[in-house]
Amino acid sequence: MLCALQGVYDPTVVALTSAFFIGFAGIPGLFISKPGFGQLLATVITIAASLSGFAAALVLLFSQNTTTFAVNWGLPFGPCEISIDPLSAFFLIPVYLVAASGSLFALGYWPAREHPSTEKSLTFFYGILAASMAVLLTARNGVFFLMFWEVMAISAYFLVVTEQSREDVRKAGTVYLIATHTGSAALYALFSLLSAESGSLTFPVAGSLLPYTPAATAILLTAFVGFGAKAGIMPLHTWLPQAHANAPSHVSAIMSGVMLKMGLYGIFRTLTFFHDPPIIWGVVLTVAGILSALFGILFALAQKDLKRLLACSSIENIGIITTSLGVAMLGISSNNRTLAYLGMAGALLHILNHSFFKPLLFFGSGVIIHATGSRDMNLMGGLAKNMPRAALLFLIGSVSICGIPPLNGFVSEFLIYSGFFSQIQASTLVYLVLLAPLLALVGGMALIAFTKLYSSIFLGTPRSYFSTAVHEPGFTMLLPMAFFALLCVLIGLLPYQALRFVNPAINVFMPGTAIPFNPDGYGDVLGKISLTGLSLVALAAVVTLFWRWRMQRAGSTTGSTWGCGYQRGSSRMQYGATSFSELPVSVFNGIVRQDIKRPVLSGLFPGKSLCSDAPTETFLERVIAPLFSLAGVSFAFLRRLQHGRMHVYMIYIFATLFILMLWAH
Amino acid sequence: MTNSIIHIFLAILMPPLLIGVIGKTKALFAGRTGAPFLQPYYDIIRLLHKGSVFSSTTTWIFRAGPIVALASTSIAALLIPFGAHPSPISFQGDMILYAYLFALGRFFTMAAALDTGSSFEGMGSAREAAYSCLAEPTLFFALITLSRLSGSYSLSPMLINISFGIWLNAGAALLMLVGGMFIVLLAENCRIPFDDPNTHLELTMIHEVMVLDHSGPALGIIHYAASLKLFVLGAFFVHIALPYATGNPYLDWGLFIISMLELAVVIGVVESVMARLRLIRVPQLLVAATILAAFSTLLVIR
Repeated sequence: MLCALQGVYDPTVVALTSAFFIGFAGIPGLFISKPGFGQLLATVITIAASLSGFAAALVLLFSQNTTTFAVNWGLPFGPCEISIDPLSAFFLIPVYLVAASGSLFALGYWPAREHPSTEKSLTFFYGILAASMAVLLTARNGVFFLMFWEVMAISAYFLVVTEQSREDVRKAGTVYLIATHTGSAALYALFSLLSAESGSLTFPVAGSLLPYTPAATAILLTAFVGFGAKAGIMPLHTWLPQAHANAPSHVSAIMSGVMLKMGLYGIFRTLTFFHDPPIIWGVVLTVAGILSALFGILFALAQKDLKRLLACSSIENIGIITTSLGVAMLGISSNNRTLAYLGMAGALLHILNHSFFKPLLFFGSGVIIHATGSRDMNLMGGLAKNMPRAALLFLIGSVSICGIPPLNGFVSEFLIYSGFFSQIQASTLVYLVLLAPLLALVGGMALIAFTKLYSSIFLGTPRSYFSTAVHEPGFTMLLPMAFFALLCVLIGLLPYQALRFVNPAINVFMPGTAIPFNPDGYGDVLGKISLTGLSLVALAAVVTLFWRWRMQRAGSTTGSTWGCGYQRGSSRMQYGATSFSELPVSVFNGIVRQDIKRPVLSGLFPGKSLCSDAPTETFLERVIAPLFSLAGVSFAFLRRLQHGRMHVYMIYIFATLFILMLWAH
Repeated sequence: MTNSIIHIFLAILMPPLLIGVIGKTKALFAGRTGAPFLQPYYDIIRLLHKGSVFSSTTTWIFRAGPIVALASTSIAALLIPFGAHPSPISFQGDMILYAYLFALGRFFTMAAALDTGSSFEGMGSAREAAYSCLAEPTLFFALITLSRLSGSYSLSPMLINISFGIWLNAGAALLMLVGGMFIVLLAENCRIPFDDPNTHLELTMIHEVMVLDHSGPALGIIHYAASLKLFVLGAFFVHIALPYATGNPYLDWGLFIISMLELAVVIGVVESVMARLRLIRVPQLLVAATILAAFSTLLVIR
């Protein structure tokens, strides 16, 4: 089949073969009746294949020449080209890393023994999802790309509805399916437009299309809608929180850590087709990005379901990445290489960072749910005592995602801020710097959201009985978390090294303009950041030693928390997740509410009463939901075509094909 | 090199003096003699010799709170220039690190407060979260204005650049910046009218209530870190409000010390003549500060 196959050891072939093995890792398990062995086999295959795929992706990232394979597949869409350039290789890194660690995590989180009915399909579709993402990154033909895009979308659907006996899971699955197919419809339009513009369904050569035609605008718009819906850019994000919250945690990890990035990859790839992009593209991306970041983190702030909080924070992070990409496009449009470099490096490094700390946090959420059986943060508390290791790893993830030094989130946000400030002396581009206070506000809100998340789960006293029976998770669950936590610390302390992985991908993006490795001394700047980060750690160690010395001299005792004289304090008097964010959320009441329903107390001895709260999104409820119900009513007549009789459906397909063929002649 | 040593020396030794000066000023206003200027030093040393009580609810996060707060503020002290002298560590974009180091300290202080499981400390922590988030954009607007005026984006050149000449050219913008940053300085350091550092049990407390359960050396570290934070943020403010420079390095160090003491007196006067705000007014004042700073930004980048 591969006609241009030159050598079996070609890294492109290795990467594809690895994807093939990951994709079919779940199949043996379908035929093994003894529970557990199939899952173990799948994990071993996935990890081995991911390691070789990861190595191949690294080789391809740093290699200068890209091999292209043309597959003659006998379909009428032109030759199917496959190749992995550094941009694809860069996006392949998280695919393999998250796939392998998620598969290991599943052994402890979703063991076949405890979930005999769902484990097989979960393992199977997990492999298919990971493999389809790896393959679509290699596709250079629109139809081939769309095929695997659909495989990815559908396998993710089956993963989301793993616990299909629950109604909210089914509902989340349906919403996801509608959203993903709306996005796919835009992508069909995109690739049709592209083939009309370039003459074939093979992807156009980088920088070959003219940007100032109406067709180019249409291409960009369809790409933004189609890929943006997958990435979760506002206002195309509505499917995201519920789908992430209801999927098993390692699935949420790969969806948030990797699948959302496929949408971003699509936007990146589409942008490479054009040369000299107009300023307006950068403006649109920047505005959409910063709005996503602001509203995403605001929604995260109001949540009480820990996985919904993490999912909303994904919207925020995707928004930050899109902002940075927009900044880079502005840099390219205005021929400003420093701005283009900083924007692009910030965007790509944040993609890498988010695909490390978000899976870490979703794995952590899996550990918490596994231990407590709940997702409601208001019921938790005090878990750090029972699971100190998981608590430490989760803390590293929480600090990283807030963009706080000395961890990795800070490095990418630093590059993005530097992009904003680099144009401080310019005449028009100076307005870019007004994004800095907005990003600071996003950072401030992220700090509240993640203090709330971490503290209400791990600190204080247990707010519910189950928290006391919790124990440390096994190594299959801790190891994947520790792996990503280590990556977060390493990138945070050695940011200069992290840039090496980003630079080749930037080179693809701007063909013809060789980007210096160290524009305007940014290598030295990152060296200084690394220096301050290390001295921060050292200083903390010195203070700790000093304090321990003082404590040994003066002694210490243990007592109960001071209750200001009140002797009967209970764990329910603590500040919970909802009460912690009540004040900041109330400032933004028009956009999102926590909707706390307080009971009316009367009499000297009021009886038992209930207090409840539910986060509500005004935009979703006032705009999106009415629009959808309007669409539902106005298209009700189409229901007559949809009656569940299979043979009539096949006639539809046949008739459509026939009409299309007539039309083509 | 000498300047770096003086810088570190001042950053280590001088911060508690500011608290002493503020206390003395307030005492004078109240017609009392007041505690000696060096009282904060005695307090910190006394606390370092005391034993500690730890709540059985707490974990290592509770102990990490003061340590991280002190370590992150100390690094911030190395990034900010004192007077006309550049800071020991300076690079392009260091102001972003400066702003985010406070966020690191805040994360751990809030987490440590919530670790005790006390409703008081949870309350303080929630308020700190909300108010500091609202104060964040003000600092960034100030950084933009200063960065635009000086044409650089590193703290040392952008702050040392401010002189009476710049005040003559961009006086309106700088005046609004002084207003906005003074509000943020008071809010971030939990001074009146946002918070009262003297009372521990009022329900309107923010910072003091978060550290209710810390005792002994930990409390000493917290008090010291708080005074260092006042010193570091104060140094930033003094650059804008009192941009004296003589050109003589030793005179400049003296001028810097005098300016910081002047600032402490001003804070003391504000604390003496004002009452604490009602809690619901606090966000309004913070948003007003942001708008002041945003105005100054618009004036310089138009």
